[in-house]
Amino acid sequence: MLDAADTKTTTPRSFQEIILRLQTYWAEQGCAVLQPYDMEVGAGTFHPATTLRSLGSQAWAAAYVQPSRRPTDGRYGENPNRLQHYYQYQVIIKPSPPNLQELYLGSLKAIGIDMDMHDIRFVEDDWESPTLGAWGLGWEVWCDGMEVSQFTYFQQVGGHDCSPVSGELTYGLERLAIYILGCDHVMDMPYNDPQTPIPLTYGDVFKQTEEEYSRWNFDVADTDVLLRHFEEAETECARILDHPAEDPKTGKRIIMVHPAYDQCIKASHVFNLLDARGVISVTERQAYIGRVRALAKKCADAFVLTGAGGYRDAE
Amino acid sequence: MPDLLIELFSEEIPARMQSKAANDLKKLVTGGLVDAGLTYESAACFSTPRRLCLTLSGLTQESPTLSEERRGPKVGAPDKAIEGFLRGAGVARADLVEREEKKGSFYFATVVTPGRSADVIISEVLEKTIRTFPWPKSMRWGSSPLRWVRPLHRILCILTDETETRIVPVDVEGIQASDKTEGHRFMGPGVFSVTSFENYESQLKTRHVVLSADERAATIWHDATNMAFAAGLEVVEDPGLLKEVAGLVEWPVVLMGDIDETFLGLPPEVLQTSMKEHQKFFSLRNPKTGRIEKFITVANVETKDQGATILAGNQKVLFARLSDAKFFWENDLRVAKTDGLSAWTARLSNVTFHRELGSQSARIARISALASDIATMTGAVPELAQQAAEVAKADLSSEMVYEFPELQGLMGRYYAEAAGLPGEVANACEEHYSPLGPSDDVPTAPVSATVALADKLDTLAGFWAIDEKPTGSKDPYALRRAALGVIRLILENKFVLPLNAAFGKAAEIVGPRGKDTTLANVGELREFFHDRLKVFLKDEGIRHDVIDACIAMDGNDNLTSLVARARALNDVLSTEDGENLVQGFKRANNILTQAEEQDGVEYSFGADPKFAEDETEKALFAALDKADQKIQPAMSSEDFPTAMEAMAELREPIDAFFKAVQVNSENQILRRNRLNLLSRIRSTCNQIAELKHLDG
Repeated sequence: MLDAADTKTTTPRSFQEIILRLQTYWAEQGCAVLQPYDMEVGAGTFHPATTLRSLGSQAWAAAYVQPSRRPTDGRYGENPNRLQHYYQYQVIIKPSPPNLQELYLGSLKAIGIDMDMHDIRFVEDDWESPTLGAWGLGWEVWCDGMEVSQFTYFQQVGGHDCSPVSGELTYGLERLAIYILGCDHVMDMPYNDPQTPIPLTYGDVFKQTEEEYSRWNFDVADTDVLLRHFEEAETECARILDHPAEDPKTGKRIIMVHPAYDQCIKASHVFNLLDARGVISVTERQAYIGRVRALAKKCADAFVLTGAGGYRDAE
Repeated sequence: MPDLLIELFSEEIPARMQSKAANDLKKLVTGGLVDAGLTYESAACFSTPRRLCLTLSGLTQESPTLSEERRGPKVGAPDKAIEGFLRGAGVARADLVEREEKKGSFYFATVVTPGRSADVIISEVLEKTIRTFPWPKSMRWGSSPLRWVRPLHRILCILTDETETRIVPVDVEGIQASDKTEGHRFMGPGVFSVTSFENYESQLKTRHVVLSADERAATIWHDATNMAFAAGLEVVEDPGLLKEVAGLVEWPVVLMGDIDETFLGLPPEVLQTSMKEHQKFFSLRNPKTGRIEKFITVANVETKDQGATILAGNQKVLFARLSDAKFFWENDLRVAKTDGLSAWTARLSNVTFHRELGSQSARIARISALASDIATMTGAVPELAQQAAEVAKADLSSEMVYEFPELQGLMGRYYAEAAGLPGEVANACEEHYSPLGPSDDVPTAPVSATVALADKLDTLAGFWAIDEKPTGSKDPYALRRAALGVIRLILENKFVLPLNAAFGKAAEIVGPRGKDTTLANVGELREFFHDRLKVFLKDEGIRHDVIDACIAMDGNDNLTSLVARARALNDVLSTEDGENLVQGFKRANNILTQAEEQDGVEYSFGADPKFAEDETEKALFAALDKADQKIQPAMSSEDFPTAMEAMAELREPIDAFFKAVQVNSENQILRRNRLNLLSRIRSTCNQIAELKHLDG
């Protein structure tokens, strides 16, 4: 493993450099560097590399960027750090290593945070995802009063106890980058190196999309269509998992957990959109969350019966 | 005698759990050691974000050897029984002695439990303590089966005496005790060995860890108030926040920062709540204007630039947070100004108050109807009371209250003002939740007090109607608090609001619920109130029996009058005249009751002074006449203290009368007249309370 002292502590010059440095750092710590999941999710945790892989006994270490969408957080690109579409950097290691805090601090150093100048704090934050039936204990990590990461020891996912326990790190990339790059507003942040012939800011890339999606999320999205999508995803998820494990065509045991889980992700995102449209009452809200959780639980139940979930055939 | 030092070093412990955890460590370890036969002179415990620490001084080296005699089977019992006894007692057959007892001859064994060294005992007790520690929430990590609040990394456990320091061997799931620990995460890296508590504490300090939470809190408060003072400001006191912040740092560094001008127009409560909830900042107030103008943050490190980078970062975070608060505030104001508060109340029909009691808007409709009804008794303009009740909970739908639920009511006031509603209505939005606790102020503005009453009465009548009454320690809907609120609202505003009528009206508005078709138990609710009233008045020093005596009177559902009576009676009873008057009254009452029972008549025809023989008898007549002249006007103006005083003056003539006169005279005319006189004493003295209920 890399000694934290060896990493360069120069300040990165762009948003993308921070991402690249994190990729390099965690690759050096032995994580498989994965790519984003190709679906709309609310957080990096929804990536099957975290949700599903934190279940069962198999060891696992992965790191990836995950584009995340939170329709209710849309501010038309005007708030200095609130966005309806943003990036999370996610690290998941199972079993959690004893020096996970040190590894994490090493990553901050790698992206240019000098521990002698900043105030890093681990502040209690019990993480819970009612839609995933998951919870864990840990902290929000503060750098000079700003929450820069979520640090969680998973205790339960999809209603299953995690054994061994995974350690999960989630970095809110924009917030972290705004801070490191010394910007006052996310849209002013350099996306690539400002010295390049075509320098682009975060605003050049995303200001217009934030406006478009904010308007669509809040006022235009067709709620009847969304409600139908929700029902369809819910039905499809259950239908997929109702199939017997044995595939009649190949004769193999193939439990279709990931396709079913895709439908769970879809239902969850549609719910978030409906929420942003303000058509879900407080009482209904709980019921919708419960329905998504039921899907997540079904997928978790199915995953632990697969090879990646630690299942071994009797033969 | 050695000293013991234990430190459990872990990843960051939640601030709110630290001090209880340190005390639990002390309780469990000292308890375990004492149970195992060790003693110690003194104990102290400490906590920081990363450690729990316990130090014991003057611990005994070992537990005493215990010798205990056990009686075994009878002499001559079957071998099997004797062998069983030997196994159980752990002794050989040769060690048994025989002794004659009443019931025959028995075998006896002396079982000796040898003393054990402190090391062995500590090791056992500490392991058990760690494995069974009462964390409010604990977790597993890695592949270990152990549970702790966050991953546990080190156990320091040493015994120190004049000659040496030794490590007490403890091994919990592979974590072995040592004499080593670590200092501040950033300012004192590396592992070091310690030899005693004093050595531990001082080495920690050189490695930038202040062990005592109280010391950290004192430093923070001292530095914060000094900085504020220098800037002409004052720190908004918040003991809870101070304690929490002291639990977030091992080396407190206090920094003062600015709030951007853009946000100084936000309500001060919003600034304060946002800074406290999100950033753990203290607010600094300008004593002249009441505005929050700066903040204090507490860092955990010293830096080369004296915290400039840290402060700049914190200010930036605050800017973003307050931008959000401002976004909510401006959106809410826009709604309030253009659509009025009804835009929000309409949304409350989707919000459930209670499954059987309907939505928040159904509840609001009930409260409005009730408020308008009781307004006649509280002196509020009924239309205003109704209007206030209709909008008092509108802010529950606002964005600001969604983000900061603790600002409910207060935001309602701001938004009602923005919507151009009358001042009384805006006040009621904020004040109608009060009083929340026994020390909370009671609203006195008629409209606020009326809505506050209607809100609480509706809650009580509603939960009584669906039979969800408080039982024992369970009171999930805070109904006791609501009843106490009603009591204080009525008393402190001196409302004449008969409870029966108010309950009846509230019940009628709630209407049929569940199995109960009407609120048949208004009487039960009134009893619940009388119980609450006793608790409330007991705190005022009013005797239990005094309250009973007053409750026994007609009109006991008029709390203002009831309590005024109780206070007057209680005051008089603390004087000698008062206490003796009660004795005299009781004597009169006893004789009279007996005679009435015996004769089967009621002596209430009015005594005639012309039959008075004795001087004391004549004097009593005169005294009663004189008292009546004072009592009647006092009673009609509900001036109970004056009436009570007049009654107390009867004490002497009554005493003198009983000393000189035999009531049950042979002369029937005299007897009847005297009994009628006693009846007059009874009716005179019973105007405030039924004195027979008094103790003694």
